[in-house]
This record gives sequence, structure tokens and C-alpha cells, in this order.
Amino acid sequence: MTATVTRVQLCTLADLPTGLGRGFEVGGRPIAVFLGREGQVFAVDGKCPHKSGPLADGMLIGEQVVCPLHAFRFDGNSGACDQESVCGIQAYATEVRDGTVFVTVPLS
Amino acid sequence: MIRALHPQKPKLVVIGNGMAGARLLEDVLACDPSRFDITVFGDEPYGNYNRILLSNVLNGTQDAKEIFLNPLAWYEENGITLHAGKRVTKIDREAKLVYAEDFSVEYDYLVFATGSKPFIPPIPGTPLHGVFAFRTLDDCRNIAEYAKGRKTAVVIGGGLLGLEAAKGLMTHNVEVTVVEMSPWLMSVQLDEAGGKVLGQTIANLGIKARAGTVTKELLGHMNVTGVKFADGSEIPADMVVISAGIRPNSELAKECGITCDKAIVVDDQLRTNDPAVFGVGECVQHNGMIYGLVAPLWEQTKVLAKVLTGADATATYTGSKIATKLKVMGVELASMGRINDLQPTDEVVQFSEPARQVYWKAIIRDGKVSAACLLGDLAPADDLMRLFHAGAPVPDRRLELFFTAGSAKKEVSLADLPDSHQICDCNGVCKGTIVTAIKGGKCTVPAVGKATRAGTGCGSCKTLVKGLIEAVAGGVKADPSESWFVAAVPLDKPSLVAEVKARGLKSVSAVLRELGAGDDEKSRNGLASMLKSIWGTEYIDERDSRFINDRVHANIQKDGTFSVIPRIYGGITTAEDLIKIGHVAKKYAVPMVKFTGGQRIDLLGIRKEDLPGVWADLGMPSGHAYTKALRTVKTCVGSEFCRYGTNDSTGLGIDLEKRFQGFEFPAKVKLAVSGCPRNCAESTVKDVGVIATEGGEWEVSVGGAAGAHVRKTEVLCRVTTKEDALRVIGRFLIYYRDNAKWLERTYDFVPRLGIEKVREIIVNDALGICAALDVEVEKTVAAYVDPWLERDQPVYAGQFEDTKRVPLPVL
Ligand SMILES: Cc1cc2nc3c(=O)[nH]c(=O)nc-3n(C[C@H](O)[C@H](O)[C@H](O)COP(=O)(O)OP(=O)(O)OC[C@H]3O[C@@H](n4cnc5c(N)ncnc54)[C@H](O)[C@@H]3O)c2cc1C
Ligand code: SF4
Ligand code: FES
Repeated sequence: MTATVTRVQLCTLADLPTGLGRGFEVGGRPIAVFLGREGQVFAVDGKCPHKSGPLADGMLIGEQVVCPLHAFRFDGNSGACDQESVCGIQAYATEVRDGTVFVTVPLS
Repeated sequence: MIRALHPQKPKLVVIGNGMAGARLLEDVLACDPSRFDITVFGDEPYGNYNRILLSNVLNGTQDAKEIFLNPLAWYEENGITLHAGKRVTKIDREAKLVYAEDFSVEYDYLVFATGSKPFIPPIPGTPLHGVFAFRTLDDCRNIAEYAKGRKTAVVIGGGLLGLEAAKGLMTHNVEVTVVEMSPWLMSVQLDEAGGKVLGQTIANLGIKARAGTVTKELLGHMNVTGVKFADGSEIPADMVVISAGIRPNSELAKECGITCDKAIVVDDQLRTNDPAVFGVGECVQHNGMIYGLVAPLWEQTKVLAKVLTGADATATYTGSKIATKLKVMGVELASMGRINDLQPTDEVVQFSEPARQVYWKAIIRDGKVSAACLLGDLAPADDLMRLFHAGAPVPDRRLELFFTAGSAKKEVSLADLPDSHQICDCNGVCKGTIVTAIKGGKCTVPAVGKATRAGTGCGSCKTLVKGLIEAVAGGVKADPSESWFVAAVPLDKPSLVAEVKARGLKSVSAVLRELGAGDDEKSRNGLASMLKSIWGTEYIDERDSRFINDRVHANIQKDGTFSVIPRIYGGITTAEDLIKIGHVAKKYAVPMVKFTGGQRIDLLGIRKEDLPGVWADLGMPSGHAYTKALRTVKTCVGSEFCRYGTNDSTGLGIDLEKRFQGFEFPAKVKLAVSGCPRNCAESTVKDVGVIATEGGEWEVSVGGAAGAHVRKTEVLCRVTTKEDALRVIGRFLIYYRDNAKWLERTYDFVPRLGIEKVREIIVNDALGICAALDVEVEKTVAAYVDPWLERDQPVYAGQFEDTKRVPLPVL
């Protein structure tokens, strides 16, 4: 099976508050996008697999996204959860070019 | 050669020729003298010696020669090949080979007995000449040699070993100061009162002690000349001995793929994850515990010898209880268990005789001695020790513990809850899960929390978790992080505040950068609150250190919507306001309108992007119903309407709420005022409760709660006027804000200090700080800004925006 992906223009870097997240819906898919203090941009699924917490409202600790509801943590790069019993989330490739933020999502 | 005659003999190799290694050899020989072809490596150039007698060598009561246990001839006689002064550098588990610098030895069974090394804190100056650790015979000799002709010495670390070092140095005619980071000496073994008695005793011996002092730097160019502390003060020192704890030697094991945590992990048969490799002594961790005393090691070597030789292949080691006596001359001290780890249900039996500097304390849990310390006079020590080790029931007349110990009787069985019993109700964690984690080496409450989430919700099950750790692992590991204000910065609150002020750190990221040893959301929330109270308007507010509730000033609910609770001072509202609230509820189709337990109206299910509109339409300030701050002041009807009311409870409630709104605390704070002792506002289960008395006074009580914990307040004082009530409550709140640990509710804070002490400080001004507290109240009142005003001016992009919809490009 081949997955088709596409690169989507999301917002400007200025739309992302430092160290915090914002929620997007890209083609119907909820995505939480975070701007780290070191300038990294992470994009992960917008909903927590635990009880659907809105991850964009969470906190960014280093490179981990912390769910605002019960504080499960997910790696911003890989989406892996820090708890064995909880499945990870999808992480999406991001790119910043001339102050514009792009994210790559699967097409389907 | 013996080896040629027994070509099939299995080869046993032991790495480490210290207390555990050598004892193991003796135990193995005792089980079966001809079973193995034995080789032992020791990187110290000696046979083996009794490490615990080094303090005697240092203080001159014994000669180094006298502490050797087995002379070189002993090894020879028993056919043991000893490689003294040879360090094992590599292990090839595949080929079963142990490498020293220039040769290798084959093994069938390998045992790690590598002990530990002293922990040298990461402070500048430790490489200077004249700075020593205290671990080996060589250390001992070097210290004694260097001490010749020197005048002052500083010992860093006021634990057991530090005191032994200090006493040892005294015999070399140097003036000794012991520096301890904890608020009192031997904080692992003693409580505060005991620590004070000990301080007295050693002062009488001529040793100075500075507790609660953090060492910042060792001064000097080539040789050490002084020590500088975190508070900026310095003292001269011609030499420094560091005794700040130990770190197990597990690197070698780790490098060859043996499972290690804090130390080499072994099972009940002292076996590592490799069936041919074992470990004993201070380098191993069994059930999460690392033992730094010899008695447990001896229990371990006995079991391992049986397992190895097959004398009893099923022998098991199940952990040890720790007890010790101090060997410092002139100090009588015995300690067992962990005296500072007191649970609310524990019984404490205490006896003190200050004139003789005698202090005895025993903690009884489930009818058994769980910990004790004895100072000054060890008469009851042996009996207590026996009860402690046997886990035997204590005498019914508790006094007999000290004055004639009771006889050991049957053992009471452990709390046998089924594994399916839920311990942590917030996260739904069962006993079985926690026990598994503990067995996997998670032996502190935070470690269990990290592994299972138990205790990470409201925290009310933490004592149960602690109890389980004790039951399963035999003791909660000493966890220095317990005294830290937040997990990410390894400092207690006073040191943290001092550092923050000294360095002028005004933002959370600055604190984490300069002082942090980690990062997590709770720590950031805690630091944000602390910095705000330290710096006031100078505080640099970084929104990424706030939890979502504090970013949008409303409480997040399970579906991601928010709830809004308008501030209704004292619970008294008006028809206009009610109508307004009703309109808002209708306009925004609020799915649920609810009265809260604190007499406020909660509008639940509001979407983030509607928040500014809701607030604007309400035009009332925020209820702060979600913050670590003053929440509500509950009131009863009081003298205004109630036929029993003796005073104006609603009036005082409103005044309190208006004055203290927006005050941030380490945890949420709730107040209540009742108009008479019938106490309809339930003031006795609040952080601060006020009750009007028949005589026209107000009785102010503190430290209560009716949440996850139920605790009745304790009376602080009575005052005659409303103004006095406001003043004394303000002082208490600020004192609590500035001295409690992060997330420590008043119901933990007040009993931690003791109501008498709180009363002395707040009412009788024993510390002379009341005027400063009053100033702080005024400052905080003046700094209040209604956060709902951010509705007009979001402080960061998207603060009150919903998810942005982005279409996919059409291909
Ligand atoms: C001054 C002092 C006083 C003490 N007083 C008491 C007391 O009163 N009561 C009490 O119960 N406990 C006391 N202790 C603690 C007690 O000494 C230790 O718990 C005990 O020595 C630990 O035994 P061990 O065999 O595990 O480690 P050790 O005795 O440290 O032995 C480990 C040995 O292995 C060697 N080694 C490490 N790595 C290698 C390698 N790669 N190759 C070869 N060799 C290696 C080390 O050099 C060391 O000689 C005291 C400790 C000190 C330092
Ligand atoms: S506490 Fe006393 S004054 Fe207040 S409502 Fe109850 S009975 Fe009336
Ligand atoms: S919903 Fe995310 S942690 Fe529970």
C-alpha cells in the first residue's frame, strides 16, 4: 500500500504562540501544532487517544505534548506516548519557510 | 596444581573484594569448600579489610593493620586466586570472560560485588588539593596525612559518615565544621527534635554544625582555602571531606548489558537478567532497595552462597530491615527504619530528658515498631531493635517499649487487600499494578506515580501507595526530591527563593535554565505562581508555563469546553445579576447551569471562542473557580436574617472575598464564615473558617478541608472586630503562600508546622514578621487585576480562538 501525502500551508509562524499549541483542522483531520521555545514546530493529532482531550490546549514540555485533561505525554516528533498502556498518536512532518508553516498530511 | 586435578570444577569469579565480596567467599567456602575454582578481583591493592572500621583508623583508635579481615595467606590456603590491585575493565558475557588490564579469566558464574563510590556533588572546586572523599583505606591515610599541621576542616554532609569523619578529624587537632543541606543533622535517621539534640551533643564535642546550608563552591587556587555557601557566606577551610552520599558501581555491569536501574537489578536469588551473573552488596538493587549498611549485605551473601553451591538452590532473599548504631565516640545513637516517614495513622511514643540530652522516639504502625531513634542513652535499644527486626507486636502499655520492652509474640499479617482493589481512584489504578511496579524497582511514591499514574491525580491515595511500597519493598527509599518545592528544580523552597532573588530570575524559563534539572508542567505551574508572588509586577509572565485554565481563565471540562463561574461575593447576588446570568445562559445555549458546592453558579459547556463574549455580557469578574488561588468564601445567612445569628457573616464573607480575590497560593484555598456556632456555612472544613461566637467575637480556625481529605480546622484565635479578622486571616494566607510546598493544602501545611507554631507566628508575632506580612497583603491586594479583562485584548495569538479549518488543496 502506498500512502499519498500532501504538504499544506497552515499559518504564519506569528500565529503560533511561543511554547504553546493551536488547533487546526486540516481536511477534516484535527491537528495540534506547537511552537517550541527553541523554534521547533511540532504537529500531532489533535485528539488524545485516552479520552479525546484537546491536545492543542495542552502544554509543551521540551519536545513532549502534555494532554490538558489527564496529563498523558506524547513525543512531538514521533507521537509516542510515555505510558505503555496508551497508544501513541500520529505526528506530522512540519516545515517553516519564510515565516510560513507547512505540514505534511496523508491524503485520503 | 589443584586445577589440573579437577579439570571440571566450575569457575566462580567475584568482582570486588570488599565487605560483600569477601563475605561471599567465606559463605561459599562454608557451604562447600571444594565446589568452585574461585578467582576474585579487587582494585584496592590489599587483601580485604573491614570498611566500617575505617572511621576508627581515621580517629586513631585502631591501626590500619588491625582492620584486615582475611590476610593474603587466607586466600592462598583456600585455593582462591586473588588479583589485588587489579581492576576489571570489561566483561564478555558471550565468551564468559572477565578482562582486567592485561589478562582475562574465564567464568561459569560471575558475581558483582563492586560496592559504590562516594557521590561528589557538582560544585566548583572539588578537584582542589585538600578535598577528600571518605571511602577507602587510601582515603583514610591521605586525610590523616594532609591533616598534619592544618587548622580548619569542613565536612560536607551531616549524615552518619560525615559525623564519623568529623570526629576523626578532631583527633588530628583541626577545627571541624559539618555542613548539612537538610534542616538538621542525620536527616535520614532522625526527626527534627532528634536532630537538634544531636546538634547539641556534637557541639559539646567541639564540632560546629551548620544545618540547612547549601554548599556552593570550594574556594582556592591549588589547595582548598575555604567554602562558600548558597547564602553567600564563606568560611575558611584548610581541607574538606565530602560525605554527600554514595553511587553504586554499576557501570561495568551496564556496559556488558546487565539490567541496571539505580544499581544492578537482582531478583530474590541475587541473580541478574543473565542466569550466570549475580550481584551482592551496595552495587545491587533488590526490590528497588539499595542497602548502604553491612547487615543486609550479609543476609544477601548467605543466600547467594546457598544458591551458588546448591546447598539450598531455592534459598531466597526478601529484603532487609535497616537499623544502625552510630560509632562516633561520645555520641550514643541508634536508629531503625525511617523515622521521618510518618503516616497519619501512626502512633508516636516519645520520651525526652533535655538535661541529659536524651531523646527517644518510636513510631508504631499496625501495632509494630516501624521506626525508632534513640539518642543519648541506649538502654532500650536492644529490645526495641529485636521488636523491630521480628516485626513483633508492641506491648499494650506503650511506655514499656522504653522502660521494659514487651516480649515478642505472633506476627500480624500484612494488609491483604486483593490485587484488584483500586488504590488510585482518580486514575483507576489497582493494587496489583502498583505492586508490580514496586517489584520492578519503583520504590518511591513519585516513581510509582510515573510508572502507573497512581497518586498523580488528587494525590489523596499517596499514603496508600507509600504503605504498599513499605509492605512490598520493605521501605520507601530516601527520596531527596520530597523536600523540593517542585520536581524540576532540586532545591527546597527557601533555597529556591534565595537563589531566585540572588540571581534575579524573573521568568520560569530563566529559573529552569539556571537552576533546573528537568522540566514538567506541574513544576512550571508551581514556579510561575512562586515567581509571581516574589516579583509582583516585575514577574515575566510566560504563557507557556500556565495550564490551559490559567490561559483562558475558565475551567476545562472533559469535552474540551469550559465552565464559567461569575464572582458572586460571599454568595450574595441580586435579581439583576441573576437575570443577566440567565440571559447569558440562554444566549450561548449553555448546556448546564449548576449551583456549586461553594454557593456559586456554574455555567458549564461553554466553547473557548465564546468565553470573551460570555464575560463581556456578564460584566462580573472571574470566579477563579479553577485556580490555585482564593476560590470562594461561603457564608450563612447570619445576623441579617437568621434568628440565631449573632454576627454579620455575610458582611464579613463579602469583605474577605473582595480583599483576597486573586491571591494565588500553592493550592486552592476556600473560606467560610458562619454567623453562630450552628455553623451552617460548614466553616470547620475550610482552609480558613470563621464562626461568630455568642460573646460577639469571631473565632478564626485554619487547616480544614472536606475534599479528598476531610479534616477539621484548628482554632487559631478569637478576635473582636471584623478588621482584626481580616488582618489575621491575611497574615495567615500570606504566610501559607510563602512557606508551603507547591500543591500543599493548608490541611497538610498547618499540621506540618503545628497549630501552636502557626499561632505563635501569626497571632503572637514570635518571628517579628507580622508587619511584613501585612505589607505583603496590601501589595497583593493592589496587584489584583481581573483576568477576565483579557477578553478585550488577547495576550497571545489564538488565546480565545477555536480550531482553524484548513482545506486540503484540490489536486
Ligand atoms: C568509613 C565508613 C564507615 C562505615 N560504617 C558503617 C557502619 O558502621 N555500619 C554499617 O553497617 N556500614 C557502614 N559503612 C557502609 C559499609 O561499609 C558498606 O555498606 C559496605 O562496605 C558495602 O560493601 P560492598 O562489598 O558492597 O562494597 P565495598 O565494601 O565498597 O567493596 C567493593 C569493592 O569492590 C571494588 N571494585 C569496584 N569495582 C571494581 C572493579 N571493576 N574491579 C575490581 N574491583 C572493583 C572496590 O574498590 C571495593 O574494594 C561504612 C562505610 C564507610 C566508608
Ligand atoms: S450558622 Fe447560625 S447564624 Fe448562620 S445560618 Fe446557621 S444558625 Fe443562622
Ligand atoms: S484525554 Fe488526554 S490524557 Fe486523558
